[in-house]
Amino acid sequence: MSSVVEMAKKNGKPRHRGKVRVSTITLAHGGGGKAMHDLIDDVFLEAFDNDGESPLEDQARLSLSDLTALGDRLAFTTDSYVVQPLDFPGGNIGKLAICGTVNDLAVGGAIPLYLSCSVIIEEGLPVETMREVARTMAATAREAGVTVVTGDTKVVERGACDKLFINTAGVGVIRAGVNLGVDQAQPGDVILVNGVLGDHGAAILNARGDMRLTTPIESDCASLHGLIDALLKAVPTTRFLRDATRGGIATVLNEIAEASQVGIEIYEDRTPIRSEVKGFCEILGLDPLYLANEGKIICVVPSEDAEAALAAMKSHPLGTEAANIGEVNDHRPGRVVMQTVFGGRRIVDMLVGEQLPRIC
Amino acid sequence: MKYVDEFRDPEKAQFLLKEIRVLVPQILKSRTGTDPVYIMEVCGGHTHAIFRYGVETMLPDGIELIHGPGCPVCVLPMGRVDDCVALAHMPGMIFTTFGDAMRVPGSKESLLQAKANGADVRMVYSPLDSLRIAKENPDRQVVFFALGFETTMPSTALTVLRAKKEGVKNFSMFCNHITIIPTIKAILDSPDLQLDGFLGPGHVSMVIGNSSYRFIAEHYKKPLVIAGFEPLDILHGLWMVLKQIAEGRTEIENQYNRVVPDGGNTVALDAIGKVFELREFFEWRGLGSIDHSGVRMTEEYADFDAERRFSVPALKIADPKSCQCGEVLKGVIKPWDCKVFGRECTPETPLGALMVSSEGACAAYYQYGDIEKIHDTRAMVKEMA
Repeated sequence: MSSVVEMAKKNGKPRHRGKVRVSTITLAHGGGGKAMHDLIDDVFLEAFDNDGESPLEDQARLSLSDLTALGDRLAFTTDSYVVQPLDFPGGNIGKLAICGTVNDLAVGGAIPLYLSCSVIIEEGLPVETMREVARTMAATAREAGVTVVTGDTKVVERGACDKLFINTAGVGVIRAGVNLGVDQAQPGDVILVNGVLGDHGAAILNARGDMRLTTPIESDCASLHGLIDALLKAVPTTRFLRDATRGGIATVLNEIAEASQVGIEIYEDRTPIRSEVKGFCEILGLDPLYLANEGKIICVVPSEDAEAALAAMKSHPLGTEAANIGEVNDHRPGRVVMQTVFGGRRIVDMLVGEQLPRIC
Repeated sequence: MKYVDEFRDPEKAQFLLKEIRVLVPQILKSRTGTDPVYIMEVCGGHTHAIFRYGVETMLPDGIELIHGPGCPVCVLPMGRVDDCVALAHMPGMIFTTFGDAMRVPGSKESLLQAKANGADVRMVYSPLDSLRIAKENPDRQVVFFALGFETTMPSTALTVLRAKKEGVKNFSMFCNHITIIPTIKAILDSPDLQLDGFLGPGHVSMVIGNSSYRFIAEHYKKPLVIAGFEPLDILHGLWMVLKQIAEGRTEIENQYNRVVPDGGNTVALDAIGKVFELREFFEWRGLGSIDHSGVRMTEEYADFDAERRFSVPALKIADPKSCQCGEVLKGVIKPWDCKVFGRECTPETPLGALMVSSEGACAAYYQYGDIEKIHDTRAMVKEMA
């Protein structure tokens, strides 16, 4: 496996931009020869390697002393992104691939630092699409303060993958003294979220075009390390953080209830969901609690620190709509219950399979 | 959403609940025996809303809701699912379906499994999407899995009318539409049924109006109140049924008159009348064959009838012996009383169709259900395992 950067700069050859003159990616672009060299040079190097000064080898080389200066443990994560469509309101697969991995590091209390980027491209993908995705990745990485230091490119035959798959892995450093854990929720703790839920899931479903709803729902895709940093500084006693991606907050809450052997009660009227997303779910018979988010975290904090945690989140642009949605109890370990706006109570269970729209 | 929020007002709900708490003991006092007041909501949409908003957890003791056969996905017999799977596997076929029909178990595969095994099964939101797919793929055959009560029948009928008008040759429907009136009649004729009244289906009634239900009040002496799908609609409808019972009246009333006209929707009924005719027999999951409860396409639209265009196995597959879907549908037992509920039969591995759709009573109980009962059932299951 070769690093993206290394492939183009092997033998110290100068870089050339504008080499890819064809409009679609073919199997030749994954063949290891000139076409691949040109694609990497033209598309990925241009996006990721602006200064051209980093040493380029088959692997990224990271300074241990720099890392240990920031904390006492390394965090390492990986995730693959296979979203359709590749572009959606509020982002694209590239933004998702950076934000998702940055967030996976940040929710562990880590400072995100370095990412890898592997792409699997289906032949026939427009070069311009790949270029746009790479540029978005680079811009998102810069905003998040992380560096893409290594990567890989594969091109597969038509039908072997769906347009473009991206894998990003990430390395970060966990600050000394931060010990977040899914098993640490205690009766009396409160559950906080940093804003409205379900936007990403609704935006993706809507963007698939079958419904053709004109409702403007945008993905909430964002890197959350800044918000998390502010929260952990204000409330070091924070017990647990997790980004509520696939499976939505319902899944995360169930994971907390199960791992911590506690009950959780949330309140529908305190759970922030945009009216557009509510309406979208009403039409399709979906439950927004199970819709994916790409910029939302669930936080468990001791009740006495809840106000400080909320204030810290609200002071950050990605937490202005933060809310206290419920609390941890000892009633029924492993069970998540919602008090509905109507005054009834219902179980919020793990989702089985994916949500399917109801018939009527 | 402001309009919708008015029908989710907890204060208005408390007012209705107070009234219901007065009526239920009154009714129980006026009759012998210890049975609670049994009210059946026929419609799957009602079942879903009841659980989604925790309506059942708010009701007083002495009233029980029976979640009737109104989920069209749940009452689909296994043989018909097998036919869908067979159609989906035909070479060159694009089989289109509503989302929640994808997981219904056939005897060997569900449509979801068929898709994983190579069939081109696509989820659509309306039959018109299916017609569009047909027009985009003129060299393929496209079949739409048409199912549902009178609620979805008009959109199927109008799509067939359009397909004929536009001369689309590669499009057809596998028709599994069912009709509500014979179903309610079959339930009322069931000897083991205990029932004091009905919440009538709002969406179906929007199409058929309310006069078709008269026989329920006149012949069977049961009250029926057509109700909407917001939680306040449901509580209001229940209150209206209870009031009739308390006052000894049996009438057809319309709580959902903001949507349901007395005479129904003539445009929709015209389209249905043109395209569909009653089948003599139609098999229901858990309930057996109910005369004149299903429809098929008339001779004039035979070209759009997948059953006539393609050869389907049309085998009768018996429900798994351990399943008690029929008894649950009729309210004879509660889901947790079924021998396989929460053990062999879960939403992840549904044996009975009632566990498949969120409108099915078993899936609803499993996922949203009465907290104490579910907990006790699961605890019991855990102990037994």
